[in-house]
Amino acid sequence: MARISMRVDGMKVTDDVEPRTLLVQYLREGLGKTGTVIGCDTSNCGACTVHLDGDSVKSCNVLAVQADGCEVTTIEGLADTVESDLHPVQEAFRECHGLQCGFCTPGMIMQSVDLLKRNPQPSEEEIREGIEGNLCRCTGYHNIVRAVQYASGHLATAANPRGATEEVDAL
Amino acid sequence: MIPASFDYVAPTTVEEALAALAQYGDEAKIIAGGQSLLPVLRMRLNAPEWVIDLGRIDSLKGVRDEGASILIGAMTRHCDVATDPLVAEHATLVARATATVADEQVRHRGTFGGALAHADPAGDLGAPALALDAEFVIAGPAGERVVPGSEFFQGLFETAVSEDELLVGVRIPKHTGWTAHYEKFVRVAHQWPICAVGATLKVSGGVIEGAAIGLTNMGATPLRAAGVEAALVGQQATEEVVRNAAALAADGAEPPSDLNGDADYRRHLVMVLTRRAITKALGG
Repeated sequence: MARISMRVDGMKVTDDVEPRTLLVQYLREGLGKTGTVIGCDTSNCGACTVHLDGDSVKSCNVLAVQADGCEVTTIEGLADTVESDLHPVQEAFRECHGLQCGFCTPGMIMQSVDLLKRNPQPSEEEIREGIEGNLCRCTGYHNIVRAVQYASGHLATAANPRGATEEVDAL
Repeated sequence: MIPASFDYVAPTTVEEALAALAQYGDEAKIIAGGQSLLPVLRMRLNAPEWVIDLGRIDSLKGVRDEGASILIGAMTRHCDVATDPLVAEHATLVARATATVADEQVRHRGTFGGALAHADPAGDLGAPALALDAEFVIAGPAGERVVPGSEFFQGLFETAVSEDELLVGVRIPKHTGWTAHYEKFVRVAHQWPICAVGATLKVSGGVIEGAAIGLTNMGATPLRAAGVEAALVGQQATEEVVRNAAALAADGAEPPSDLNGDADYRRHLVMVLTRRAITKALGG
């Protein structure tokens, strides 16, 4: 067993795990974070995408021990939980119906957040390339792309909700 | 799918990593970014007793200016290589090819050295490294040695790195002012190329002064298209010159046949892709 510590969705966790434990397994079985799903289990589909120290990764292709000391954000930690709002990208997926069966959605949203962080105003082609590592078995890509465009527009006009909250607090 | 049980060690220096390799020998596998190794372990195609993680060795990360060349640390992630200003300026072909590796999530974990040491013939980085005359810096019990690309790639998933050694960096002679394009043919998004061509050119006053062409997945190892290069150098950069040179791309290659296409298909494809790669490198 190996001792690991990390912050997951803002919460500090410490556990003993087998070195072979995959990060997605640890998140789901160790921490009960079942919002992150296992799709293909071959690192193809991207459904298990989470953020590791701020970068999107496929959590079925990272060992939990490799994430020791890191900051992990899952789909469950994306929204501003104090306000219990949806994250703007989650809101956009709901607004544009950017899902059909919904299984790829956690990964699609996590990857879209990463894409918009690096490129806040992506073209349609850049969106399609940016989420190329995420597969939708329903092939519902059109509305997913629209959702990312919608989020891009709203993120551009609305301030970062966390920043806005801090501003309100400061007042 | 979960890997078979293994013990894990994460050294923080190259010396510690070499000591671990000396101790566990052929019962150990090295993990860099893990984007190729972890699927292999999960599918139980390999079941090492020990996994040695290089992820905590900070000295292997980053790109350094060495004067006439740049040194890319083996543990530099694809996303960092693809956006590095030194790589963009002096090894443009590497920047272009790296930006096409798999998908963004994989590029956030996968490493330059890990991909090259894995030596998958369909991997995107071998051909550009070979084309740019890269030298491979390998650390072992007796110290460091430097191996040229022509000797580094020895066969299918086989390199000059011995079981007690580590690839620590890749030195690339500066190709400043060379234009570049990596043309890749994939069946579906984010997969390995059926065939790909990296072209980088030095053009002055309409004349091609230098040309380096690397081929991906046209054999067990990455290849240089020497015939194409010779047909370009000293010539005017015209459509006809490019077309005639590209027609030589498959010369001497023994491409594989697989579900994505047979060898003849690849021999044809590589000519088309070479023409496109050169044309796009020329700004067309």
